[in-house]
Amino acid sequence: MSVMIGKDTKVLVQGMGKTGRFHTDKAIAYGTDMVGAVHPSRAGQTEVFEGETDHSGAPGRADTYRVEVPIFRTVAEAVAATGANASVVYVPPPFAADAIMEAADAGVPLIVCITEGIPVADMVKAKRYLEGKAVRLVGPNCPGVITPKECKIGIMPGYIHTPGRIGVVSRSGTLTYEAVHQLTLNGLGQTTAIGIGGDPVNGTNFVDALKAFNDDPATEGVLMIGEIGGTAEEDAAEWISANMTKPVASFIAGTTAPAGKRMGHAGAIISGGKGTAAAKIEALEAAGVVMAATPTDMGSAMMEAMSKV
Amino acid sequence: MKIHEYQAKALMADRGIAVPMGRVATTVDEAVAAVRPLIEDSGNPVVVVKSQIHAGGRGKGRFKEYPDLGGVNVVTDGIDGGIEAAEARVRELARQMLGSILVTIQTGDEGKQVSRLYIEQGIDIATELYLSVLLDRASSRNIVMASTEGGTEIEVVAEATPEKILKEEIDPAFGLLPFQARHIAYSLGLEGDAFKNGVRFLDALTKAAVELDTDLVEINPLVVTTDGQVMALDGKMAFEANALFRHPDVAELRDVSEEDAAELEAKEYDLSFIKLDGDIGCMVNGAGLAMATMDIIQTVGGEPANFLDVGGGAEKEQIAAAFKIITKDPNVKGIFVNIFGGIMRCDIIAEGVIAAVEEVGLAVPLVVRLEGTNVELGKQMLDESGLDLVSATDMKDGAQKILELTR
Repeated sequence: MSVMIGKDTKVLVQGMGKTGRFHTDKAIAYGTDMVGAVHPSRAGQTEVFEGETDHSGAPGRADTYRVEVPIFRTVAEAVAATGANASVVYVPPPFAADAIMEAADAGVPLIVCITEGIPVADMVKAKRYLEGKAVRLVGPNCPGVITPKECKIGIMPGYIHTPGRIGVVSRSGTLTYEAVHQLTLNGLGQTTAIGIGGDPVNGTNFVDALKAFNDDPATEGVLMIGEIGGTAEEDAAEWISANMTKPVASFIAGTTAPAGKRMGHAGAIISGGKGTAAAKIEALEAAGVVMAATPTDMGSAMMEAMSKV
Repeated sequence: MKIHEYQAKALMADRGIAVPMGRVATTVDEAVAAVRPLIEDSGNPVVVVKSQIHAGGRGKGRFKEYPDLGGVNVVTDGIDGGIEAAEARVRELARQMLGSILVTIQTGDEGKQVSRLYIEQGIDIATELYLSVLLDRASSRNIVMASTEGGTEIEVVAEATPEKILKEEIDPAFGLLPFQARHIAYSLGLEGDAFKNGVRFLDALTKAAVELDTDLVEINPLVVTTDGQVMALDGKMAFEANALFRHPDVAELRDVSEEDAAELEAKEYDLSFIKLDGDIGCMVNGAGLAMATMDIIQTVGGEPANFLDVGGGAEKEQIAAAFKIITKDPNVKGIFVNIFGGIMRCDIIAEGVIAAVEEVGLAVPLVVRLEGTNVELGKQMLDESGLDLVSATDMKDGAQKILELTR
């Protein structure tokens, strides 16, 4: 079991430019079922992917692959023709929010937006558009979602993941890789790893991801990686203390970050005394979460949290 | 992106938001020349001389060269002495303020040089209020924040008297609705003409915020004049960098002299760089990992010299540029390169580091921690390059090693 994605996920890619093509190829090599693409100016064409199979991904495949991905004009047409039940957005920032809304309108239940640099106002609008629709948005500005050896949607390196017991949710890309790597090395492995992204306005938040992992029978514990800015970690702490039945470990990045400066991610900023690492760590500790003192200790903190059960 | 007060007020005036009359001056003569038309047009003998820097707290700030002189000065000499007296006082002030260093609560001890003044008409103030439009992350919407406690920093108000802060959410589909504007105006205690003007002000301000893709619009204080006008006595606007592409006119307002030179240079190479006060330079891929690297340096007892995220898909040239920016900082006693290659391949990092060292040399210790895609190839390249560097097995090991080498 896993959350959000698995063996039966059929993925549509929105934006088949250089980046979209590169990562579609990696996803196919991993064994992801990439069923179609949307790229208005190239509709009607077929994009051919061939290469050597990434055997860290889905098992039981030949050593090489050749996949033809048809390109459509609209998401609705692509969904009708392919039965896609997830979409990954690589569309450039000025048009990405529109791509998200188009996928939502076409009824795609899971939209993963990788694009970095989308104007906040566009995301404010997109979130408003998604209200009341049965759609889950992950991102933007995130590495994506992966269920090891089943399905990889996004830009994370597949081979560092290994199937296992821990759900991973994070605002940061490379810090997720660091965490996943540690969970692979200490044998806990991952059920699903979700990058929720570093923007101030995003789709899935920590609480959404925690709920999903709490409901997933295969997930035995959750590793949550936060950073400075906003109050998503404090909200998560509140939810954990009221509802979470599984052990949680966490690391918060940005203890040394100066106030008023955006630390790379648009959302990583301490402003008006709000969003400090100290406040987040305090809230999580109060909720019984095992905190990793340094990023090197994320795997062992998870181990400690699991041993308390 | 921040802009100056005079620029923000020009953008506001263009959008029907009431602001006092004012003129910008970069020389003493320009400052003096602004006085007569302002007094004549406004009919008010008072003018105000305001330092234009990208930092708040100007009024309470003091000049390094003139410890008794504040960053904002009200000139009342015109009340009894006429325009000539006001001009004489403005001449004296401009001579002192222009080119001098203003230190405020937001500039740090080094302060900021004042190279522009804004000369503004005097205003007969009845009440000072607070108003801002900003993103509320919890609701994923812009909100209007208003308070009767004008002139005070809103963080202070939020801490001491949170009940005095009023918030109205702006639905992106509708904008600020008229009843919401009325609600805010009533809560601010506005009546009569001031009420009508306040509602009009709120409508224009929220529309401008949406139209211009602002990160923040802050009017503190918003003033009600003795004759019922509602005006932005101060005006701060900051713009969202990701949306500047659709506002080329706003992008032109950037004042690079207000920004850190190294941070600007980094931006040219698509690097995210922030200078800090420590002595251990860091080069990392990914914002979260870069922050975590700073944190772990401090955990082991060191101080990071910078935040530097080379991004997910950096090329050799960017890595080399990043290396050069770090080594340019005279405080840097050692460098810690921490890479978890995903899309970013470790061999590209190795290539960039080698190229940079060949070009600029290496005068300080270097610790490299590589993990992820093509890690073996990257390590091999570094080993064979003959560079004098130390390899680390993980982040903590790397942080400890660079600390030992710099102490």
